[in-house]
This record gives sequence, C-alpha cells and structure tokens, in this order.
Amino acid sequence: MAEPRPIPFHPEQFLQRTQAHHGGILGIGYRAHGADWAELDLPWKHELVGDPASGVLASGPIVALMDMATSVAVWMKRGGFVPHATLDLRVDYLRPARSGATVIGRGECYRLTRAIAFVRGIAHDGDPDDPVAHVAGTFMSTGATP
Amino acid sequence: MKLPPYAQLLGLRVEPDADGAPILVMPFGDAVMGRPGFVHGGAIGGLVEMAAVAALRHALADEGVSVKPINLTTDFMRGGRDADTRAAGHVVRLGTRIANVEAFAWQDDCHRPIAAARINFLLVR
Repeated sequence: MAEPRPIPFHPEQFLQRTQAHHGGILGIGYRAHGADWAELDLPWKHELVGDPASGVLASGPIVALMDMATSVAVWMKRGGFVPHATLDLRVDYLRPARSGATVIGRGECYRLTRAIAFVRGIAHDGDPDDPVAHVAGTFMSTGATP
Repeated sequence: MKLPPYAQLLGLRVEPDADGAPILVMPFGDAVMGRPGFVHGGAIGGLVEMAAVAALRHALADEGVSVKPINLTTDFMRGGRDADTRAAGHVVRLGTRIANVEAFAWQDDCHRPIAAARINFLLVR
C-alpha cells in the first residue's frame, strides 16, 4: 500500500476553516505550534458549562480541545495533513478549570509510525505547571488523501 | 432530568428505555460535526460522558451526591455518520466513594457501537 502523501498544512488557517463546525461552535482557536506540538485555546463561555452551580466547564469541551490540539500536533510532525481517526483518548481530570478562565490545550506527538501516531498533552488555565487535565491517546491514519 | 448548558449545545435529549434508564440522543448537525459528514470525536466524547453521568444519577436516585469525573478513556470504533447518535451508560460498580461506569454510543444498531468509554467518578456525599 502506498503511503498517503501529506498535503501542506497550516494550523492557523485550518482552525479558521473549521469555525462553522464543532470546534468553532465551542470557540476553539489557534495559539501556537512547533515541529511536533500545537497549542489551541478554549475561551470560557456559558454554553460550555457542565455544572451551572459552580460555572465549571463540562469535560466534553476539554476532550474536544485536546483531540484537536493533539491532532494538529500529529500533522505538524508528519509534515502535512493526512486524514486520521482517533483510536483512543484518555483524559485525567486533575482539577476543575477556574470559572471564566480560558483553557489552553497543548498537544504533542511523541512518536509517529506509518499507521499510528502516539500523542500526549496537557490542558491548563494559565499556569502550565498547574494543569487541569492530562491526556494520552493514539490516532490511526485512514489512508487515502482526500 | 435537567441537562447542563453544554448538553444543550450538543442538542441532547433524554429518551428513557423500557426500564426507565436514560438514553441520550444527539442529533447530527453543524454543532457536532468535525470533518464534513462525520461527528466530531470531541462531541462523541462529550456525549458518552454525559450518558455515564446520566446513568450514575439514575442509579444514585439522590440529588444530594455530587459526582466528579476522575478520568475518561474513550475508544473510537467507527466514524459517526450523518444520523442521530445514541448513548447509554452502565454502572459497573457503585461504591461509597468511587463509581466505575461504562458507556457506549451507537447510531442505527446498538450492537455496533461507534465508541465505548470507561469513566471513574469520585462521589462526594
């Protein structure tokens, strides 16, 4: 099987193009990227709250943020966009994010094979040394380029 | 059962099964779409976690207990297509301090899950 050729990928433009979809509805935006990592952010808003009494964000949007941040990290390390599917994603909720605070998700791709990408990351609300969540997961390339 | 703002953003509604246990239904639409024509993995993750919380609340039948997710592991088995996605949770063990819950999401056939999750909750009584 021929390996799919990555197509050029620009994380900032990619995040803008997906604004009409789930990530955009949540408000996920671009912050920064490097050779094998990406940082996205999720500003606090009422519609994302899971516990109305405390104003704490639901964990679902944090899963979405980290799925996207780690996906972008994979495409950075692969040198371009190749479609992939999330195989599994584990999230440890270390503490609640502060109500009203923007959550920053930093994803890293620490190992890439032809078929599988291994990722990890953290989410924090201002201090990377005091994260709100830790994630680990894998993605599988789904073959043909679109 | 009252759903939080995030569940409303996903468009969730509750449809109890024959035994009265909650099944969550998430309609397909732009709000939950990732790549065109497919449900976003994050939306599926959010749905299964909500289903786990709903199953746990149903099992506890006590609003006085607060439940806090400790961790969530989701396996994504099939792409979610342009259709309703349903999810239900199953409380594997209900302890004094910890609840272990499984949840599945499916579309047309509940025996062909699109995602499965295990969630551990801290119970604060």
